[in-house]
Amino acid sequence: MIKKALSASYLGIILLILYSPILIIIIFSFTEAKVLGNWTGFSLKLYTSIFSGGIHHSLTNALWNTLIIGLVAAFVSTALGTMAAIGIYNLLPRTQKTIKMVNTIPILNPDIITAISLFLLFVSLGFSQGYITVILAHITFCTPYVVLSVLPRLRRMNPNLYEAALDLGATPFLAVRRILIPELKPGMLSGFILAFTLSIDDFVVTLFTIGNEGLETLSTYIYADARKGGLTPELRPLSTIIFVTVLLLLLVINKKAAKLKL
Amino acid sequence: MLKKVVSFSGRRRNWVIPYVLFLAFFVIAPMVLIIYYAFTNPEGAFTFANIKKFWVHPEVLNTFLYSVVVALITTFLCILIGYPAAYILSKMESRKAKLIVILFILPMWINFLIRTLATVALFDFFRIPLGQGALIFGMVYNFLPFMIYPIYNTLQKTDQNLIEAAQDLGANPRQVFLRTEFPLSVPGITSGILMVFMPVISTFAIAELLTLNNIKLFGTTLQENIYNGTWNYGAALSLIVLLLIGATTLINREGNSKAAEEGNLI
Repeated sequence: MIKKALSASYLGIILLILYSPILIIIIFSFTEAKVLGNWTGFSLKLYTSIFSGGIHHSLTNALWNTLIIGLVAAFVSTALGTMAAIGIYNLLPRTQKTIKMVNTIPILNPDIITAISLFLLFVSLGFSQGYITVILAHITFCTPYVVLSVLPRLRRMNPNLYEAALDLGATPFLAVRRILIPELKPGMLSGFILAFTLSIDDFVVTLFTIGNEGLETLSTYIYADARKGGLTPELRPLSTIIFVTVLLLLLVINKKAAKLKL
Repeated sequence: MLKKVVSFSGRRRNWVIPYVLFLAFFVIAPMVLIIYYAFTNPEGAFTFANIKKFWVHPEVLNTFLYSVVVALITTFLCILIGYPAAYILSKMESRKAKLIVILFILPMWINFLIRTLATVALFDFFRIPLGQGALIFGMVYNFLPFMIYPIYNTLQKTDQNLIEAAQDLGANPRQVFLRTEFPLSVPGITSGILMVFMPVISTFAIAELLTLNNIKLFGTTLQENIYNGTWNYGAALSLIVLLLIGATTLINREGNSKAAEEGNLI
C-alpha cells in the first residue's frame, strides 16, 4: 500500500514539474501584463483580443501557416508512409533491412542536421525556399514515424486475407481498399497524429527551410519574438486554448477507446 | 500498356518505390551534400581546411566538448529520473499507464520555445538565477519524455513468465529486478539514450534562453555558421556530429535495430 502511494506520488511530482511551466502560461493568460510573470489583476482581455481580431495579423498568419503545413505534411506522410510500409513488408528480408535502416536516419539525426542537410540540398538545387520546401522538409522527418507505426499492424494481420480477396476476384486496388486499409487504419491514424504533432512543434528544420520571403510559422514567429526580448502576450491565451483542446480531445478518445474494449 | 502498369502497381512490393526515391532524394542526397561541402572550399575545390579548422579553433572545440558534457549529464539525469517512472508505469494497469504516458507527451503540444520562456519566468518567480543549473533543468525537462517512453515500452513487453520463473527459482524481488527485469530493459535505455544524447548536443535556442545568452551549445555554433554563410565550415561541423551519431548507432546496433523494429523510438 505504502509502495503504491510512493510510486503514485513519484509520478505525480514528475508530472507536476513537467506541467509547472504550462500552468504558468495558463495562469498568466488571465492577466493583461505584457511581460510573462507579472500579475496585474484578473482580466480576460487577452482572450477577447484573440477573438475580436485584436492580435496582430502576422500572428494569425503564422498560426494558419503552421496548421496548413502540419495538415499537408501529415496527409502526405501518412499516404507515402503507408504505401512504403506495405511495400517494405512484401520485400525480401535483406532489402527490407536496408530500407528500414535508411528510414531510421531522419529519426536518429538531430533536427539541426536534418535542417542543414536539407538547406544545402535546396540551396544547391536553387529551389526558392518557402511553403513547398518547408512541407517537403516536414514530410522528410514525419514519414519514417508513419512507416514505423504502420509496419507492426501489417505484421499482426493475417496475410491470407489479402490473397483470399484476390482469389475471390477482387482487383488489387479493391483488395487494398477493402482489406488492407481497414486493418491498417489504427496505425495510419497514430502515424498521422504523430506526424501532425511533430510538424507543428518543429522549429529548427522550419527555420532552415523557410527562406526569407517573410513566411512565418508559429515557432519561427515565437523565436523572433523571444529574440526581441518578449513574448507577444496573446500567445499565452492561444497556447492555453490549444493545450486545453488537445487535452480534452485525448481524454475523450481515451474514454471511448476504453469503452470499446470493455 | 495499361495492363502492364496495373500489374506493376499491383505487386505490393513495388509500392515502396515512391518512398525509396523520396529517401534517396531527401535523405541520402542531403547527407552526401554535407560530406561534399565539408571537404570543399567555397570555390568547390577539394580541401581538408574545414576539418582542420575545427581542431585548431579552441572556441568551437570548447563549445563542442562543453555540449558533450551537458548532454552526458542530461542523459544520465533522464535515465535516473525516467527509469523509475517507466518502471512504475509498466506495473500499472495498462489503460491507466497509457493515459499517464499521454500526459507525459502532451506538453509537446505547447511550442517548446514558449515552454522554455515559461520556465524562465518560473525561475524568476522563485528567484533562482539563470545559468548552468537552469540549462540542465531545461534540457532534462525537454527530453525526459523521450527517455521514459522507450523504457516503458520495453519494460511493458517483458515476458511475465521470465519474472515468474525467476521468482519460482527462489530469487528475491531485488534479484528479480537486477538479474531479470533490468537486463531485459537495456534496449529501451539504449534507444532512450539515442533520443536524448545527440539532440541535446545539437539543440539551439534553449541554451540561449535559459542562460541569458551566456552559454552556447554546439547547435548554436552550427546554426551561426550556416546563417553567416560559412556553409563549408558548417557542413564540416555537421559531419562531426554525423560521425558521432554513426559511432553511437554502431555501438548500439543490435539494441537499436531491434528497438526501431518494435517502434520503440517514440
